Amino acid sequence: MTIEQLTQAIYVISAALFILALKFMSEVRTARWGNWAGALGMILAVGGTLLRPEIIDYRWIAAAAVVGTAIGAPLGLLMPMTAVPQRTALSHAFGALAAGLVGTAEFYLRGPGLDEFSMTVLCLEVLLGYLTFTGSLLAFAKLQELIPTRPIVYPGRNYISLSVLGLGVLAGAYLVVNRGPAEVFGVLVAAALVFGVLLILPIGGADMPTVIAILNSYAGLSSAFMGFLLDNRLLIVAGALDGSSGLILSILMCKAMNRSFTNVLFGAFGQVKVEAAEKGRTVQAYTPQDAAAILETARSVIIVTGYGMAAAQAQHAVKELGDLLLSRGVDVKYAIHPVAGRMPGHMNVLLAEAGVPYDLLYEMDQINPLFPETDVALVVGANDVTNPAARTKPDSPIYGMPILDVDKARTVVFIKRSLAPGFAGIDNELFYLPQTMMVFGDAKKVVTEIIATLKG
Amino acid sequence: MTEQMDILANLFVFVLASFLGLELIRHVSRLLHTPLMSLTNAISAIAIVGSLLLAGEHHDDLSVALGAVAVAASTTNIVGGFLITERILRMFRGRERR
Repeated sequence: MTIEQLTQAIYVISAALFILALKFMSEVRTARWGNWAGALGMILAVGGTLLRPEIIDYRWIAAAAVVGTAIGAPLGLLMPMTAVPQRTALSHAFGALAAGLVGTAEFYLRGPGLDEFSMTVLCLEVLLGYLTFTGSLLAFAKLQELIPTRPIVYPGRNYISLSVLGLGVLAGAYLVVNRGPAEVFGVLVAAALVFGVLLILPIGGADMPTVIAILNSYAGLSSAFMGFLLDNRLLIVAGALDGSSGLILSILMCKAMNRSFTNVLFGAFGQVKVEAAEKGRTVQAYTPQDAAAILETARSVIIVTGYGMAAAQAQHAVKELGDLLLSRGVDVKYAIHPVAGRMPGHMNVLLAEAGVPYDLLYEMDQINPLFPETDVALVVGANDVTNPAARTKPDSPIYGMPILDVDKARTVVFIKRSLAPGFAGIDNELFYLPQTMMVFGDAKKVVTEIIATLKG
Repeated sequence: MTEQMDILANLFVFVLASFLGLELIRHVSRLLHTPLMSLTNAISAIAIVGSLLLAGEHHDDLSVALGAVAVAASTTNIVGGFLITERILRMFRGRERR
């Protein structure tokens, strides 16, 4: 067997391991094997590549691998779970940068000698790579709140964005026909970098879960195009798997918000004027002790958590309250809206970190039929995903969005810092319903007080 | 002619892998979407294969430099991605049997 054949055989095993990795992720029981399978596949891919006779100089590779590990290990080991979305965005940026740089080098090494097809995939790789690079960096900055999370808009932004993208596509088309010159390639790179920024600027915090998923998809596709260029099927398989994964997740997120792709990308949600609470409506404020009295007699409780809970560092207190109720024989469930948190599935991770068993976590479709038979729905740090206006008010910006039917529970205990509107910038009908008890204050403090009262 | 056959074979692989990906991801529990994303994020750093070739082939200084930066970037992605996925997955525990 030649070295080339050996490398190809290793690549086949590596591709199979990536597929198995995704297969194992379908269940919590096997998920960790999935991660190991993926890691093993990656080690084999790297090892198989290093065997190739074309590689004659290992010094720079070794140095770069050390640098990459020195940055990557702390990012993987030290980032708090609340920061997983921004770590993922940053990581997308790194992966996409690698694809963009390889494409750039391939252009300048082999540019004039490429056929039309290879030049086309090279341009696509570079376009997706660089736009994902800057787009992900900006998403990272927004999630880390280095820049404002609200949508940043300016007149004619969609025309400007599309013109920049159009310029990039034109430059790419010119390169496919003429195989050069380098200046036009520069235009392509610049257009991609700028478009990445323009794409993310008008997107608000509420849409970040969708955007991260889309960027995941782009990073994968960029790798797949590199596979076409280098005639490497391992890259094509791995890139296609990532591309489809990001696509499915972003579709799920869009469905969970009842919005279309184009609406997320070009709609600048959150731009709606903050409507003042309708006049004449008042909210009755209750104390944590009142809430404890209601929970004292409840037989079934559904806890609805949102990112606000994590922002207030209240997840451990919430878990403690849940455990206390469970130990008193109360039927406790946790309800999780698909867009709760800042990336798909984020809220599950935050509750799992606090120690909530995953079999107490319920998806929207499972839990909604249970609300009418539930004594208390306890809402902590969630807002828009509980707003009945999504069902009843056709003029509401969130009309049609699937929500958790907390208003159908016998009593709603809603813990909230103040009457400020949520991400979508709209008033919540739920606050004014007769069965709702609003408890104002810091989530962690309120929950801790409820626990103290129940114990006392 | 053979070159065109190669392109078609590659497209074939791409299409099949995409559909396989859609099927596999559809069956992933919503519970696990965050670790799924950090895993696929790590896998998308497969671009390291192209980066390694570039850094190791030693055509000239510029291509080595671009390749080395690309290797560093994708290594960051791989190491960070698999480590954090492992950390997240270790947090998912079922109810203790009493």
